[in-house]
Amino acid sequence: MALNPSCVGTSYPLSRPYPVGPEAIRRFAEAVGDPAAVYTDQQAAQALGHPSVPAPPTFPFVVVARALDEVFSYDEIGFDPTYLVHGDQCFEYARPVRVGDRLVTTVSITGAKNLRGKDVLTLRADVADTGGEHVVTLHMTFVSLTAVKGGVGDAASR
Amino acid sequence: MPLRAEHVEVGDELPARTVTVTRQGLVRYAGASEDFNPVHWNPRVAREAGLPDVIAHGMLTMAIAARTVTDWAGDPAAVVEYRTRFSRPVVVPDDPDGASVEVGGRVVACLDDGLVRLDLIVTSGGTKVLSDARVTVRLAS
Repeated sequence: MALNPSCVGTSYPLSRPYPVGPEAIRRFAEAVGDPAAVYTDQQAAQALGHPSVPAPPTFPFVVVARALDEVFSYDEIGFDPTYLVHGDQCFEYARPVRVGDRLVTTVSITGAKNLRGKDVLTLRADVADTGGEHVVTLHMTFVSLTAVKGGVGDAASR
Repeated sequence: MPLRAEHVEVGDELPARTVTVTRQGLVRYAGASEDFNPVHWNPRVAREAGLPDVIAHGMLTMAIAARTVTDWAGDPAAVVEYRTRFSRPVVVPDDPDGASVEVGGRVVACLDDGLVRLDLIVTSGGTKVLSDARVTVRLAS
């Protein structure tokens, strides 16, 4: 598989919305070790002016990751996610993700190149509510590591 | 009570925190985030990928660092921008002590409309693991 630079500029709107429920936010806040009441308690959220319980700032990546998994599977991009590491990440928020949102993600490929033998894919993801309200934009880079000899991603062993 | 812009000055330090990340914590984050990339839980796959051992999700480290900011600001909605590079992996050994992630931060600019820029310093075992970790918050003014 080889990374295809002509995919740069392509956008992939993912049609299936992500419904944000209270349990997903509670589990996420627990997993990142944040006990703030605002992530679990509607009254605490309302006291800060939130219409419903908001998610921690990095939760939108969970929403976008579903869309990324789909995009990584497209042969036309030629990106091998077998051994994947995250290079950089940026969030630009219009508002927090919150309980009750139904979020739609559009992923765009903004860069595809090979650096020192490793494929590097740069993407942008725009997340909006199904009403069309912009919620957050993510910019991110992923690096596909080349397997050491004998690994499952090592072409010689396939 | 959320922090107000008039109570913030350039040079203010955010309260430093140290967080322990264990293998169990990685599995918990994998489940909560639906990120099942095996380099975060399978030592064999991590080594095949050329890593010394299982590494923490970059997004978990970024989330741990975010709490330092949201605790300080008093409201997650204060965060208007958050960016970083994952410059070094947090290697998590298979023992009860796991890895430790140290988070500190500092106010570097106070702008109009209650906008405040912060630089975060995030290390593990003394090595910087996030580079150019920057947050912009909007505080009531």
